[in-house]
Amino acid sequence: MFDFLDLDEYDLFGAFWTTIQLTFFAGVGSLIWGTVLAAMRVSPVPVMRAFGTAYVNIFRNIPLTLIIVFCSIGLGQTLRVTMFTDGSVDPTNYRLAILGFVVYTSAFVCEALRSGINTVPVGQAEAARALGLSFSQVLRLIVLPQAFRSVIAPLANILIALTKNTTVASAIGVAEAAALMSEMIENEAQLIPIALLFALGFIILTLPTGLLLGWVAKRMAVKR
Amino acid sequence: MKLRKASALAAAVLALSLTATACGSNDDDEGSGGGGSGDGDSLTIGIKFDQPGLGLKTPEGDYTGFDVDVATYIAGKLGVSPENIEWVEAPSAERENLLKRGDVDFIVASYSITDERKEQVSFAGPYFMAHQDLLMRAGEGVSNPDEINDLTLCSVTGSTSAQHVHDDFAPDAQLQEFGTYSECLTGLESGAVDALTTDDSILAGYAAQEQNQGKFELAGLELSDEPYGVGIPHGDTELQEQINDAIREMEEDGSWQEAIERNFGPANYEAEEAPEITETS
Repeated sequence: MFDFLDLDEYDLFGAFWTTIQLTFFAGVGSLIWGTVLAAMRVSPVPVMRAFGTAYVNIFRNIPLTLIIVFCSIGLGQTLRVTMFTDGSVDPTNYRLAILGFVVYTSAFVCEALRSGINTVPVGQAEAARALGLSFSQVLRLIVLPQAFRSVIAPLANILIALTKNTTVASAIGVAEAAALMSEMIENEAQLIPIALLFALGFIILTLPTGLLLGWVAKRMAVKR
Repeated sequence: MKLRKASALAAAVLALSLTATACGSNDDDEGSGGGGSGDGDSLTIGIKFDQPGLGLKTPEGDYTGFDVDVATYIAGKLGVSPENIEWVEAPSAERENLLKRGDVDFIVASYSITDERKEQVSFAGPYFMAHQDLLMRAGEGVSNPDEINDLTLCSVTGSTSAQHVHDDFAPDAQLQEFGTYSECLTGLESGAVDALTTDDSILAGYAAQEQNQGKFELAGLELSDEPYGVGIPHGDTELQEQINDAIREMEEDGSWQEAIERNFGPANYEAEEAPEITETS
């Protein structure tokens, strides 16, 4: 059944390695940017709150394909944003795709984290304020450490979704798993076995992620 | 009371849709029977819906293009008038499955004949010989294939043309891949890419589009041979013979040349002679 799988001709592991890399960089990026957004949404400054709310509501509601294609056609092809590369096609697309994933995923990270912040009893923040801590100190020392511990499971969901979302990068020609899949279907004319093979590949990537992070979530949960 | 009305309505809708599907499947059966025997009154044919010049669904719901003309002619020779043809979209990745499941009688959708595909389906024809070529901004042509290595090319993710670039004729060229050719045209127009590369028939279709006329030109390099065949269910030699005869007749009575001029004429594209029929049983 899998006789079409010629590993000399098709770099299956290379393609999935690119998928993993995309997931890793986009995951780190959206964790950072999502945390900043969440901090904005709970901050005492109205302008920052408004920006955070607007950002989340805009980017959470735009289809990812549209964001990724805009990154390439709008930013890359029309505005000639090269993302600190020498302007050659492949690395530029790779970085533009990561940019698109960060922009999109951070909206979800922000909302997950905000729900975590809401689980921290408000009395703790008030007590910290009464002790003379500033807003950023309260957030950094008291609220966020507890908030993160309670949102590991939802963040794992977002990470798994992100892993699968990286297939959208093939729409702008990043050589990840979905791009190889369309190449193999074109050559081998066997849609279903090839699709199954790639589905299996993604399950192998995401299943351990879910199990591991589920275990971590249990261990780290704040006992109240 | 209200609830009863609603459930009655739902039952009616269900019954209607069931009869509708029953009718639909009946038609299909007749169609596939007709495809084989040649005396049926309807046919289901797979074409591309999004390829100007080859197979395009217009906003008015008509179908135009060279593949459509060939399919209509073949259907005519099988005894089916144009209004009894049901057109079905056949995206590249779906073509083998459409034939295997029997959803279509045959497929005329820029379907290159390859050995891998012949293990899954059979072909009739070829009815057209396409070559991989470059579409460039008007006045920027390349004279020899070596110069392609210095260009930034654009093609569709995973397509045969995209693979040819890296594997065969321009290993050093930069390749931008998108989901559709239309997206490549944006980059070609803005100068971000130098050329769009795929089969010349497809390129000619884009160059001949009203909004693109005069902007783009074919480079005229023959970088590969892509014989377009009519995809048919695996091993259906009777249908293969009938379609081959129809294609031969189409070439002899001049309708083939006419269809070429009608669909590719505005692109200044000179199609070569019709290819020899190679797919016989």
